[in-house]
Amino acid sequence: MWFHSKRLRWTIPWLFLAPALIVFTWFKFVPIIRGLVMSFYKVRFSGSDQWVGLANFERAFSDSALHAATLNTLIYVVSTTIAGGVLSFAVAMALEGQARHIRIIRTAIFIPAVTSIAVLAEIWRILFYPGATGVVNQMLGVFAIAPQGFMSDPDQALFIVILLQIWKNVPYNMVIFIAGLASINRELYDAASVDGASALRKLWHVTIPGLVPAFSVVIMLSLIRGFRVFTEVYTTTGGGPADATEVIMTNIFKTGFERFDYGYAAAVSFLLFAFTVCLTIVHVTVKNRIDRT
Amino acid sequence: MKMTIPQRIARGLVYALLLIVFCGPFWGIVATAFTKNTVQPGQLVLWPSNPTFDHFIYAWTEVKIWIYLFNSLFVVAIATVLQTLVSALAAYALARKKFRGAAIVSLAIISTMMLPDEVIAIPLYLILHAELPLLHTSIYNTYAAMILPVVGWAFSVFLLTEFMKAIPRDLEDAARVDGANELQIFWRVVLPLVRPALGTATIFGFLMIWDQYLLPLIAVDDRNLYTIPVVLRSLRVDEVLQQNIFIAVTVIATVPCIVVYLLLQKQFNRGLMSGAVKG
Repeated sequence: MWFHSKRLRWTIPWLFLAPALIVFTWFKFVPIIRGLVMSFYKVRFSGSDQWVGLANFERAFSDSALHAATLNTLIYVVSTTIAGGVLSFAVAMALEGQARHIRIIRTAIFIPAVTSIAVLAEIWRILFYPGATGVVNQMLGVFAIAPQGFMSDPDQALFIVILLQIWKNVPYNMVIFIAGLASINRELYDAASVDGASALRKLWHVTIPGLVPAFSVVIMLSLIRGFRVFTEVYTTTGGGPADATEVIMTNIFKTGFERFDYGYAAAVSFLLFAFTVCLTIVHVTVKNRIDRT
Repeated sequence: MKMTIPQRIARGLVYALLLIVFCGPFWGIVATAFTKNTVQPGQLVLWPSNPTFDHFIYAWTEVKIWIYLFNSLFVVAIATVLQTLVSALAAYALARKKFRGAAIVSLAIISTMMLPDEVIAIPLYLILHAELPLLHTSIYNTYAAMILPVVGWAFSVFLLTEFMKAIPRDLEDAARVDGANELQIFWRVVLPLVRPALGTATIFGFLMIWDQYLLPLIAVDDRNLYTIPVVLRSLRVDEVLQQNIFIAVTVIATVPCIVVYLLLQKQFNRGLMSGAVKG
């Protein structure tokens, strides 16, 4: 048969790769290149596109709405990374172990991590309903706190969306930490006990150093998710009220699909992509340096 | 380790708090969806009074939620199968074959792992609209527009490549001596040996595709093609729709993910852990 012939053997790997290469080229590589090219043009619907050089990028550096969105994104990223990381570590410590009831609790609290964001957003809108009937407002009522505006209050909206992201991430990160905890050598704990180390010292000198790889994964996931965040914001607040929760991706979405300014939207997307790549490179470099020491 | 009574109580309280925070809201929507009495916006009940299936029946027959549920399930089923198959084929070539260009291909595929899908949304939208050669039509507003873009997923290719690399050469050589061709080796020797990894790739693929929001938003604008995540938002702003019915819809939208997760939990945890160990 043809694949036994020496002359055609070289085609075999390419035949296996062909379906993947087709979908990756069509839906990843071509859009990346097209996006890059578009960012140098003013895209028009009638007539041909107009070359504008770096004008779209220059505009990005003086666009105050984009700057506000970037600041919100940074707040979002920093708070979900730090609070999410610390909380998931704490939950992992509380739910470590192989006992049956602990395994059941771990499975149960994982539900938010596997539910789609669109559903979580609807649950969040019910819990944090701004009127007195809302679940959280009723709870606050018990402590005689007046009903809050939550996602309809520009001062609170971003915080509530951040809480949603943390709620979804904590169970997910917890499993990564649990795996990390399981990989720590038990003898290190025994040795520390023999040396008379307190629980706190064991945590600081054995557990946390042993979890560096897990922390590294959790932080990286959280940073990448944070910078590209779209659905969490779009489905809860849509960027409002008064742009209080506008992030980079919702800003790009509106520029592209509501104002049809494709060239500029593509340019901002490209900046975000370039930034994500830099972030990954920094992360890998730092990680390699830590691994070596 | 023996715990004192105050320690046991403290532990119990921590467990209760975690369950309330992470599962409470889900219990709330389920209980409310079964409650006959109409609730106020934002209200959830702890226990269904006058339990009833009415809201689910209304959601099914009047809101026609089955259309969107079908769309979601159809897209996720076809796309997950295609994604896993395409990834396994590519992984076989990358893991088991030495050929010129292998390094460039794997670098190109892995580089898309860093690429947030969101940043190519606009060019992707234009590409979905583009007329295909010969067919004189675009895939915009078809199931294909929601399926094909998620078929290529670097994570899945990468995961399966790693597992296929670990298979001893002898098994493959033995099959070859017996006269098996490449496809038979792939299908009968390699795939069965990476079955656990296939399970992991499948569940991660399922959840990733089920959770797609931006893609269906830009790929279709025919309401009859909407998936569950997309339709939720338009149902919410529907003023006439009773709160309990909307909540019943939300419950229906939650069920498939949880069922799949509970069925494939072992594979899922393995995937998360392999990520953690590799760092």
